[in-house]
Amino acid sequence: MSTDATLSFEEAMEKFDPVLGFEVHVELNTATKMFSSAPNVFGDEPNTNVNEVDLGLPGVLPVVNKKAVESSILIGLALNCKIAESCTFARKQYFYPDTPKNFQTSQYEDPIAYDGWLDIELEDGTVFHVEIERAHMEEDAGKLTHKGGATGRIQGADFSLVDYNRAGVPLVEIVTKPIQGAGSRAPELAKAYVAAVREIVKNLGVSDAKMERGNVRCDANVSLRPYGREKFGTRTETKNVNSLRAVEHAVRYEIQRHAAVLDGGGTITQETRHWHEDTKSTTSGRPKSDADDYRYFPEPDLVPIVATREWVEELRATLPEPPAERRKRLQGDWGYSDLEFRDVVNAGVMDEIEETVAAGASAAAARKWWMGEIARRAKLADVDPVALGVTPAVVVELDALITSGKINDKLAREVLDGVLAGEGTPGEVVEKRGLAVVSDDGALQAAIDTALAAQPDLADKIRGGKIQAVGAIVGGVMKLTKGQADAGRVRELILATLGVEG
Amino acid sequence: MAAINRDDVAHLAQLAHIEMSETELDRMAGELAVIVDSVKSVSEAAGDDVPATSHPIPLTNVLREDVVGHVLTAEEALSGAPDAEDGRFKVPAILEED
Repeated sequence: MSTDATLSFEEAMEKFDPVLGFEVHVELNTATKMFSSAPNVFGDEPNTNVNEVDLGLPGVLPVVNKKAVESSILIGLALNCKIAESCTFARKQYFYPDTPKNFQTSQYEDPIAYDGWLDIELEDGTVFHVEIERAHMEEDAGKLTHKGGATGRIQGADFSLVDYNRAGVPLVEIVTKPIQGAGSRAPELAKAYVAAVREIVKNLGVSDAKMERGNVRCDANVSLRPYGREKFGTRTETKNVNSLRAVEHAVRYEIQRHAAVLDGGGTITQETRHWHEDTKSTTSGRPKSDADDYRYFPEPDLVPIVATREWVEELRATLPEPPAERRKRLQGDWGYSDLEFRDVVNAGVMDEIEETVAAGASAAAARKWWMGEIARRAKLADVDPVALGVTPAVVVELDALITSGKINDKLAREVLDGVLAGEGTPGEVVEKRGLAVVSDDGALQAAIDTALAAQPDLADKIRGGKIQAVGAIVGGVMKLTKGQADAGRVRELILATLGVEG
Repeated sequence: MAAINRDDVAHLAQLAHIEMSETELDRMAGELAVIVDSVKSVSEAAGDDVPATSHPIPLTNVLREDVVGHVLTAEEALSGAPDAEDGRFKVPAILEED
């Protein structure tokens, strides 16, 4: 494994100025492939979502998926790109079993979208302006599973198994211009940029945007140069860094590794690097070579795509509110502090709170539930709060049950247990488990009398004006009613019983 | 005459995975130079007012609605494969990570 030397991040930053660049691949969630009518579905049995076009059989003709073109234009618009009036497809030739045609249909000289930008806001509010070079349409490749081989075996014994279900899935590749001036914020910016792109495509509804499924994949380019020098250093490209955290770590690691090489008087080899999540380091992939001579040429089987201005404007009119603007609006609407709102965003429950509020809960109640009890349970179960299975409707109903005095906070947690155990809606759980608070004053009075009789000294103190002692009696009543009493009402009744003014 | 030497042809042959003998390399170097020159004369004929095209027919936007159509079964997909295992194409390992 890797034995590469690294400098500390701080030392690397003292000596060198990092330049970044990203290629983010976004898989579109169209019903069918980019050039064939076979289904675009994740996780099916191998080679069941393919037809002759995906397999590159002789004599087949690709036909472009209109929805995929529209999704690509939407992505371009959301990235503030210009949309090409006319663009073409090109063949990128290489030999590897993931592409049965021996070429990938892509775009070369004239991408559908170009010259865009995105303002990326870091956690502390610092904004970096990232320029987008291009966003082009292409197709995904099949999936290889490598078998056999390993230590001590002759490599000839190895083989790979190929599933072409993913071959031909529409992809949009988004390429940034070199990002300069990020300094020590480079790793953070890397993560924030990929997060922003993922958020945008998810918000557009054009991709499922699940990084763990490879819907959004990032190749991160890093180079270093001495401060003050304009010319870029030699870059490395770390491939397929497939989580937001990994993007941050990989950029940080490559900066530290480059710095050690350069500081020791060495030179960086231009090559691809592979990120290893287990060791949090990269290893050498293959250097730039003849194999990167892709001999692009215009795809003769496909005619140009002309995006008329009417078509582009029609699509522009359907653009949803940009995520960053939406966040500003929601924070204002909800009246959360910066810190509260950031916690909500980081917990990934902003959409859920929005739905909860839309379904009738107050912003405060929605936050109380999603950031409180639900977050707590999610942490225990080691899942994202959203994955716990609590829906905004459940939160709204729980909150309404509390507000109406039917249950209290403690009972609500039990009701949630029931909901998560599949016993039905909160209302049904209250019914089935008999969890409603005891609001029958007669029943409460009996419990109060018992509690007072059990602690006559306290009762005297309260009568003598030590009102704060009432809490202990309330506690006694709650115990007797197994928590099913409205504490506020109990307090009132105790004071009334003792003839004291609350 | 276009400058295409034997090394250029050998390089292209390697990129295209075409096995060529020494004699073939020599012959192709000469022939390709003639072909390239012929193509060049077409470029000369086209003035600046003639845009480059990627397609001989003036067609654009041949598009398909995003509706699932023809699909093969895994068995059909694999029917022409030299080797298969577990419903997948079996291929020799290529010494390169994907």
